Amino acid sequence: MTATAQLTAVLKSLADPTRRAVFERIAGEPEIAATALVKGTKVSQPAVSQHLRALRDAGLVMERREGRHVYYRPAPKGLAPMIDWLSYHQAFWQERFENLEKLLKEDE
Amino acid sequence: MSDTHAITVEKTLPYPPEKIWRTLTRSDLLAKWLMPNDFEPVVGYRFTFQTRPMGDWDGVVHCEVLQCEPPRLLRYSWTGGSDSNPAYGSRLNSEVTWMLTRVEGGTHLKMVHDGFVFPGNRFAFDAMSPGWGRIMDAIARVAAEAEVSPV
Repeated sequence: MTATAQLTAVLKSLADPTRRAVFERIAGEPEIAATALVKGTKVSQPAVSQHLRALRDAGLVMERREGRHVYYRPAPKGLAPMIDWLSYHQAFWQERFENLEKLLKEDE
Repeated sequence: MSDTHAITVEKTLPYPPEKIWRTLTRSDLLAKWLMPNDFEPVVGYRFTFQTRPMGDWDGVVHCEVLQCEPPRLLRYSWTGGSDSNPAYGSRLNSEVTWMLTRVEGGTHLKMVHDGFVFPGNRFAFDAMSPGWGRIMDAIARVAAEAEVSPV
């Protein structure tokens, strides 16, 4: 997947408030069982399953199966495309700031 | 606006505000450290910065001077980019503010680039809520943990 496609997938996935709430719960735990996720919400089990699948496809969560249970945990690099985007601009200004300083020094 | 993100860069420099102001507002000096431009320090004046094109974006940043109070405050809009670009050249509808404060031995210079909403906001931004802040916090935590322990 290209960087744009990755970022788009992440944003699309998190644009849904219910799905974002599911992701938020997963992100707050080292690992959580799918059954626990269903219990803590008013959303139906099939709907939760669908959100989990979407989060997994976007690379935001990781899935582990153990017998009949499925566990989810946040994918460490899941939000990296978003973080990269902001840090690019941070780096841009830091670099320009250095240029500015150099110019001021030359002009002494 | 709590749903937008700002980038701040600041530093105390050993020069008087007037000298720094000149490098921020004289088009030829600005071109040397930032980008080629046709800037003029006049409120309401529209100008552009020209940089490397990327994807659907022609590399032109469209700006308008919003505030100009020599030698302490300069603010301009900063618009450009394309939704199809992920980092460099991504869509921005933002503002850049320069603040100069005279301090002992020089000037404290602070730049705030505000108004970053996540790209692709056509579909994402209307759904943005305070939950985003918590997500970012959680992710920062996860990312920090990931650095120390390989997953």
